[in-house]
Amino acid sequence: MASWGEASESRLIGKRITRLSGKDKVTGKAKYTFDINRPGMLYGRILRSDVAHATVMGIDMSEAEALPGVKAVIPLIEIGNKLRYQGQEIAAVAAETDDIAKDAIRLIHVDLEELPHVVTEADAMADGAPQIRDDWASNQSEPNIREDGNLEAGFAEAAVEVEATYHTAVQTHVCLETHGHVAEWEDEQNLTVWASTQGVFGVRNDFAQHFELPANQVRVITEHMGGGFGSKFSPGVEGHAAAELSRISGKAVKLMLTRKAEHLVAGNRPSMTQHVRAGATRDGRLIAYDMKGHGTGGISSGAGFQAPYVYHVPNLRTEKVNVATNAGNQRAMRAPGHPQASFAMDSLMDELAEKLGMNPLEFRRINDANEVRQAQYTLGAQEIGWHRRNSVAGSGTGVKKRGMGLGSGLWGGGGGRGTEARVTINSDGTVEAVTGTQDIGTGVRTVIAIIVAEELGLAPTDIMVTVGDSQPGLPSGGSGGSQTTPSVAPVIKTAAAAAKQKLFERIAPLLDAPVGDLRVGTGTIYVVSDRTKTITWQQAAGQLGMESISEGGQWDEELRQNGAAGTQFAEVEVDTETGALKVIKIVAVQDCGLAINRLTTESQINGGVIMGLGQAILEERFMDPYTGRMLNANLEDYKVPGTFEIPEIKSIVFDTHRKVTGVGEPPCIPTPGAIANAVYNAIGVRIRELPITSDKILTALVEKKA
Amino acid sequence: MSDKEKKQGTNISRRNFLKGVGTGTVAATVVPSVLIGSEQAAEAQEGGAISSATIQLNINEKSYEVEVEARTTLLTVLRDGMDTSGNNVDLTGAKLICDRGECGGCTVMVDGQTVYACMMLAMDAQGKKITTIEGLANGDDLHPVQDAFIQHDALMCGFCTPGFVVSSAALLNENKTPSLDEIKDGLSGNTCRCGTYPFIFDAVKTASRKM
Ligand code: FES
Ligand code: FES
Repeated sequence: MASWGEASESRLIGKRITRLSGKDKVTGKAKYTFDINRPGMLYGRILRSDVAHATVMGIDMSEAEALPGVKAVIPLIEIGNKLRYQGQEIAAVAAETDDIAKDAIRLIHVDLEELPHVVTEADAMADGAPQIRDDWASNQSEPNIREDGNLEAGFAEAAVEVEATYHTAVQTHVCLETHGHVAEWEDEQNLTVWASTQGVFGVRNDFAQHFELPANQVRVITEHMGGGFGSKFSPGVEGHAAAELSRISGKAVKLMLTRKAEHLVAGNRPSMTQHVRAGATRDGRLIAYDMKGHGTGGISSGAGFQAPYVYHVPNLRTEKVNVATNAGNQRAMRAPGHPQASFAMDSLMDELAEKLGMNPLEFRRINDANEVRQAQYTLGAQEIGWHRRNSVAGSGTGVKKRGMGLGSGLWGGGGGRGTEARVTINSDGTVEAVTGTQDIGTGVRTVIAIIVAEELGLAPTDIMVTVGDSQPGLPSGGSGGSQTTPSVAPVIKTAAAAAKQKLFERIAPLLDAPVGDLRVGTGTIYVVSDRTKTITWQQAAGQLGMESISEGGQWDEELRQNGAAGTQFAEVEVDTETGALKVIKIVAVQDCGLAINRLTTESQINGGVIMGLGQAILEERFMDPYTGRMLNANLEDYKVPGTFEIPEIKSIVFDTHRKVTGVGEPPCIPTPGAIANAVYNAIGVRIRELPITSDKILTALVEKKA
Repeated sequence: MSDKEKKQGTNISRRNFLKGVGTGTVAATVVPSVLIGSEQAAEAQEGGAISSATIQLNINEKSYEVEVEARTTLLTVLRDGMDTSGNNVDLTGAKLICDRGECGGCTVMVDGQTVYACMMLAMDAQGKKITTIEGLANGDDLHPVQDAFIQHDALMCGFCTPGFVVSSAALLNENKTPSLDEIKDGLSGNTCRCGTYPFIFDAVKTASRKM
């Protein structure tokens, strides 16, 4: 049975190893899709709807076509069709410079017949609201209802009850490299696309289907990409437009979304509203849970969340609906549905605990069946100094008050089949590892090098890793669901082991030993029964002559595991005069299974916490009900965390076993709940709406005084 | 022509260039709004066709002759520009992320000061010493900030990294031993969405010890 071996036997796996792409990234040499400059390349731009709801009556592209430097103009919507959100695509141009493309966009004249819009959930759910989806009976989807146990009996047993409404705002992904492509046709049958994507092979197949080409005649390249967070799996309208403009003009076309379009159309995390009534027994058991909730994913559905979350409730009824609004489609965003669910549930847990007069940590211990998290509670509480927490919320003195809270999360991240990989040993001693996954910033390139180097007794920098290219024809899945490392690692490991085995077979005669007696040292191969028989890696590889060894690998269930539990503790400080909220410290205890690279794993935990912090205290898409437009589609008014918001973060890589589990998403889940609970503990008033901004804090404090 | 304009090496003055470029209709709308208030913007708004001028830029101690429009930003020249002999400038380390002076992804040094290259007109960069991320290392010898960023894993996707590295280097030029608060202050003009900040702070501290 394959295994990763004991920690004590690992030379590289589980250590802190700097990433292979580091030098290219700090010197500016790393080429992202946005940086590709092809000979004669044109620049593409898209004309987008400035209104939220309208019928297209006419598009006049003639002036744009006549502008010098413009090489192609295409419509992206048919006359008579509806535009259903601000930012929806109308037409695209390709021109010699980006500035000319910008000018050309302004010369396209569109005749619209405006229709009434709804951009907020309240408006969409109001009586008499204009219906905006033809395929639904109203602006709400059919409710999704779940029942378990006996709700009435549950409430009868409850000693305390809480009834509350929790809400989270729509967040956008804010990938710093916007969605985009550079498309270039070699001839009518062969297309190359540089894509800023999380799924090289998915994008290849999409283009092949769209242009009716055999898949192997489309090549997709993603050497480096500047963030996706779940929003970059398909080429989208903009990708198809880039390729079409390129086909028509016969030139390479680069088409990257503008920052504004990125906010409007490139995905978002749906909102969530939960009206909950819940009860617990005197001895602290959750006993009844009744929830009615909704969320909007814009014009699409998909505003789901789990309720209850993580903790077990025996008697429950939940009812959820999607609300359609005239806004851009939601897309998966880092642990889709989970941070919202965790915020509502962990807030509720604290409210119930308080009514019971119980320490919220104790209340969780009683209701949490997850053993990993039970251990994490102990560790996290120690790290944050839980004993320092106000036993009575808001009891601190002075203008600035501190408080502590905690939140919990659970994610899968077990990976799956479908990755093919190849490890090649050449006679000059060089080693290549190739697979069709992509490095979206998580460091999988380095993870691959570490695994191969560990197996072959080399250094990670000795391994030439190729990812992010469909050309070698070694597919791998998209980087979503925290699946990349657990999907790729087993296949890479078995490929490296197979290549090693082949090399052993070649050199066993030379060392005059049975193949089974050979082992790798550090840059050497030796005979375990007679250590005097040692040759260097170079000598061994030299035996290969003209023939390289090249081996594939297999998926191995035993090398990965599903299930990543996490707990976070937050300490905050609230200025009760200004409402300013400062997060002082976050302790993130994150189950990571076997962390192949401890350094990049810590980076991911930090990153998750910071994104969760953004959701907790800053981020919100503002829609103007009157104009139907997003009011903050830029980086000035849509706030993401900057240096001043960063607390002390203690990221604890909590390895529970020696199997690989992905960890890209889970660390952003518990953060908002932990921060919200800490705010309550600091000031004694609960903010049930994310983001927790100063205005909400001040209003709540005033209401409390009144 | 003033001395300064002579030093800048163009054969027409910026003022005359902008005044003398005809009466087309497009200029007023295409000048980025960030220019409003500057001398050029005022003139450009009076109306004048888009025209171009050939200027010299000193980037990473190399001289580039490029043709630019009044509205062309320094960042556009670095990333998409072509010199007059038809070679791409191709300095794509600086990124366009927010396009309005909010994110620091396009940070370069101009005469030792950090500048958002998306907010500076190429014409205004004439006669100045421009250092981009590509010019920070000394051949194969990385700048201490670059080494420290790698060592501390102060990058994930890396898209914001060139901006952070340049800002960090500039910060350490001015303050050899910044405190954590001073680091946060010095890098407050840069944004990272992957959330690399804690390790960036560590990297700047390490680099400060080595400089
Ligand atoms: S792109 Fe220049 S500051 Fe954001
Ligand atoms: S490393 Fe990805 S944005 Fe900073």
